[in-house]
Amino acid sequence: MVAGAAAVYTLRLADDCLVLSHRLAQWSSRAPTLEDDIALTNVALDLLGQARGLYARTAELDGTGRSEDDYAFMRGEREFVNCLLVEQENGDFATTIARQLLCSTFQLAQWQALTTSTDAQVSAVAAKAVKETSYHRDHATDWTLRLGDGNDESHRRMESALAALWPFTAELFESDAVAREADALGVGPDPAALRPEWQAYVRRVLDDATLVVPESTWTPSGGRQGLHTESFGYMLAEMQHLHRSLPGVTW
Amino acid sequence: MISDPHEAEFQALIDSDQRIEPRDWMPDGYRRSLIRQIAQHAHSEIIGMQPEGNWITRAPSLRRKAILMAKVQDEAGHGLYLYCAAETLGVDRAELIDLLHQGRQKYSSIFNYPTLTWADVGAIGWLVDGAAITNQIPLCRCSFGPYARAMVRVCKEESFHQRQGFESLYALSHGTPEQHEMAQDAVNRWWWPSVEMLGPPDTESTHSAQSMAWGIKRFSNDELRQRFVDMVAPQAVVLGLTPPDPELRWNEDRGHYDFGEPDFEELRRVVSGDGPCNRQRAAHHLAAHDEGAWVRAAAAAYAAKHPATSAAA
Repeated sequence: MVAGAAAVYTLRLADDCLVLSHRLAQWSSRAPTLEDDIALTNVALDLLGQARGLYARTAELDGTGRSEDDYAFMRGEREFVNCLLVEQENGDFATTIARQLLCSTFQLAQWQALTTSTDAQVSAVAAKAVKETSYHRDHATDWTLRLGDGNDESHRRMESALAALWPFTAELFESDAVAREADALGVGPDPAALRPEWQAYVRRVLDDATLVVPESTWTPSGGRQGLHTESFGYMLAEMQHLHRSLPGVTW
Repeated sequence: MISDPHEAEFQALIDSDQRIEPRDWMPDGYRRSLIRQIAQHAHSEIIGMQPEGNWITRAPSLRRKAILMAKVQDEAGHGLYLYCAAETLGVDRAELIDLLHQGRQKYSSIFNYPTLTWADVGAIGWLVDGAAITNQIPLCRCSFGPYARAMVRVCKEESFHQRQGFESLYALSHGTPEQHEMAQDAVNRWWWPSVEMLGPPDTESTHSAQSMAWGIKRFSNDELRQRFVDMVAPQAVVLGLTPPDPELRWNEDRGHYDFGEPDFEELRRVVSGDGPCNRQRAAHHLAAHDEGAWVRAAAAAYAAKHPATSAAA
């Protein structure tokens, strides 16, 4: 029995959503087409909504009664428990699409499992998120096919994007005492269980896109313990600066 | 004297307040004038994403962040919608974007001002969207069908944005002294550019007379400007913020607010390219467009290889 496992578990889900949302929102007015500017912001908005629902539940589970803004703006780098993949910088469009394929496939499998959560609030967030995330995965899949099987340049860019991001996927499926406890309580799946489904889908898409699954012996990890990559601190500094500069006010 | 039967029919439709549709005959000047206006409107929506988008990553609460992202996304949607309306006149989006990059088509001068603090986001919503609505509501009755219909939807969303901007400024104005000061400073900087946004004075407006005759424009710049000031002046009182115009006061006899003379010299300067952010906005758009070129080329290459999939997508 891990004290507060459910709260840590929902906080991990929430932080994944918030951080990925923030990264995607950085594309605003910078996307290669107007349609994709709209699509990326749409995905970012969905993720932000999912994060807000999960922070609200986390505040009840951890008994602190914190607001969603306390979680987003008043914690430091070491207190965020998102995985490292979601915080990786946008890079070029291929990097963002590769990150989206890897993340949304994971999140969709996770949300599907969460629809049967014993926690009514979590399952309610999941019911909505499944629909949203299946669109996110479609969008990432369509672009992976177009870039992988487009022209030489796009193929090369997709290859390097995948090579750079692939090592961070190992962490998605890490199991630990919190995950096992959440699983035992029926709050949500142990992420280790989501790996076969994730792998099958990603392999199939990469195959269709004429891309090869990268090999990597390096499997960076630590996000769930608050050990992040360097660029994450800059992201938080920008995101939190205004909120922290006038503490306690209403916006 | 109208001798051409096409032209007579066209003018009869306009005079009876009916809509001209893309397949109808229309004078070349009408077509050119609409392409120019709709494209300029579309470009304004797209360039307008930049000043507000500047605060997305720093929005001070998750609620405000969601509102701002949705708003900037709406603007992209308006741009898309308007480019499509322009395309019904026989141009394509890529062509219009090239004209924007070459500086041969303009966008609203207002977006050449910087957003320096969070309060600027609220001020843009309240004042700039307020001025835009004033301009656009009459366009819902514009003689060209696709533009008029686009405007109906755009105006609904813009009114929502204006209320959001007002609400955001209200929270600041009624917050701490620092927040109030931030709101007042934003209004000081955005007031006059917004008043100027309705265009040059009637005495100098070059396209107005013909646009009126064609049912594209319904009210003169100065009429719209009065309407805008009449709308926002009482709202400023509710906000508890003071517009930077010492001559602003209710005129009982006219039934309108009196206001000072806008600095049209500044408007001319900004329109002609020397505003604080003209170069930055253009460079940002061009850079995004150029950096995205390989993606669009890849999509085209894929579509050529997989015609069936791409058509279905």
